Amino acid sequence: MNATFKLMMALVAAVVLSACASKNTGTVVGGQGTGAVDDVSDAGASTVIVDDSRVSDSGSTGFGAGSNLETVFYFDFDTSSLSFEARSSLDAWAASLTSNPRDIRLEGHADERGTREYNIALGERRAKAISDYLISSGVSARLIEVISYGEERPAVPGSGDSAWSRNRRVELK
Amino acid sequence: MRYLVIGCLALLSALGVCAQGIVIDVTETNVQSTPIAVVPFRWDSDGTQPVDFAEVVSDDLRRSGLFDPMPQANMLSFPSSGQQISFRDWSISQTDYLLVGTARTTAAGIEASIELYNVNTQEQVLNRTVSGGPNNGRDVSHRVSDLVYETITGIEGIFGTKILYVSDATKPDGEPSFRLMMSDQDGAREQLVIESHEPIMSPTWSPDRKQIAYVSFETGRPAIYIQNLATGQREKITDFQGINGSPVWSPDGRKMAMVLSKDGNPEIYVMDLATKATQRVTNHFSIDTEPNWTPDGRSIYFTSDRGGRPQIYQADIANGRTTRLTFEGDYNARPRLSKDGRFLVMVHGRDGRFHIAVQDLQNDRVIIVSETSLDESPTIAPNGALVMYATKWEGQGILAVVSLDAGVKYRMPSQAGNIREPAWSPN
Repeated sequence: MNATFKLMMALVAAVVLSACASKNTGTVVGGQGTGAVDDVSDAGASTVIVDDSRVSDSGSTGFGAGSNLETVFYFDFDTSSLSFEARSSLDAWAASLTSNPRDIRLEGHADERGTREYNIALGERRAKAISDYLISSGVSARLIEVISYGEERPAVPGSGDSAWSRNRRVELK
Repeated sequence: MRYLVIGCLALLSALGVCAQGIVIDVTETNVQSTPIAVVPFRWDSDGTQPVDFAEVVSDDLRRSGLFDPMPQANMLSFPSSGQQISFRDWSISQTDYLLVGTARTTAAGIEASIELYNVNTQEQVLNRTVSGGPNNGRDVSHRVSDLVYETITGIEGIFGTKILYVSDATKPDGEPSFRLMMSDQDGAREQLVIESHEPIMSPTWSPDRKQIAYVSFETGRPAIYIQNLATGQREKITDFQGINGSPVWSPDGRKMAMVLSKDGNPEIYVMDLATKATQRVTNHFSIDTEPNWTPDGRSIYFTSDRGGRPQIYQADIANGRTTRLTFEGDYNARPRLSKDGRFLVMVHGRDGRFHIAVQDLQNDRVIIVSETSLDESPTIAPNGALVMYATKWEGQGILAVVSLDAGVKYRMPSQAGNIREPAWSPN
């Protein structure tokens, strides 16, 4: 054992000896020493419960009630190309939104394969592909909000081709 | 086990939930691990010992992959100090090292005194007292593990580190429930950090371990939050249109790299955390995401599909110069660099299967270290010896650990449901 190592261990012992007690009960766990290398007191975390009551309605604009237009568009793995069927539904959407403008939200999704943040980017690319198509068909860009959930909110749980193909989607709301 | 129950009871009373903890299955160990005997500590105070010190230390050392602790049933004697050791008892069982100790309560809390011996030379190689608060029995044990590990291997111990991970506690047909959890590196003492009905993603640690950052969709849109762990105080640091993702602190803790798509498509930005000014690092119409800093803080590794498929690139922050780093396989993403900058750990896709791979940047050799097929979110222990990642096992999202040389492997399933996106704390 060299001198530096001994000194380090002495420091360790000193810091550890001086480490004081902290509480470990309740919702807010008193955290001391989360950062210090040799302080073995509780590394606690406070708990935050997000009040998301105001969020619960944000997923839907209430649009589409009574409408029989397609609201979910599917994609191939790691692509954002629109199928022929998607294009014809989107033509109908474009006609509806130009004659009767209202806000829409395009939610892009990916299947579980690949990394999560890359899938966020992929979901956005898919939603943008639909947004671009609608805009080029005359829909005002101001009506469209694009958001990506990546693989975080699958439509169908589980693994395998059938689940994956239904999760690679954009939902128009 | 007792501690798990107490931890759960604390959570139960506080929150009305019991996020039952993580149970570890060691699936592979190194063949050349060092035999060591960790003799049960003598408890010198009233009542029972608050934690089985020897068990926690043995488990730590076993999971490091470098040690093979002797089962208690094989021990011929149970010394608790140097004078009581009969070295013959240990040399005949071919143990290289012997750890003996005593523990007690003190006015301040708990204290353990340990002695480590080299059985072959009969020399004492370590003699130390470790103490902590009254509830810090596990912390004291982990510190003992660090001291033993560091003394014998010369490598920094990581047994006192924490992990963050995301738990999807959504019940079938129930309201979505996302939780950001924190626990010890061994899954013990699981705590709820934040809970929401909207996704929580990409947790990460500040270099001083006092703050965490993550992405939360709680407002209906993604935003990056920084939260102080001790106080629970948090700040929304980005709220741009589009993607706000992949936060990661710079090595000096003053900046944060992130992904924003406010200018049209996902690009890497660096935010000065004091002024909140952002600097754009990448400029390409393809996807650029998943930044990670080089140890010198001068460049950023990231995922980009600018070549057609996702691969890993390096961008110099000062001049934006970009070079491609990965060429094997058709999907390389989510880079993480070892602290010495030598090893690139990533998600490596080949023929539709996704593994964790390590690329030695000195010779660009790529080694696949996980053999399941939906492996993601690698995070490197601060000493560079172990990689934790998320995978699926028996249909459930679990965490798993592998050593960088793939010699040791263990699974960390949680009874709390699907868990993912581990982030290993700094030391």
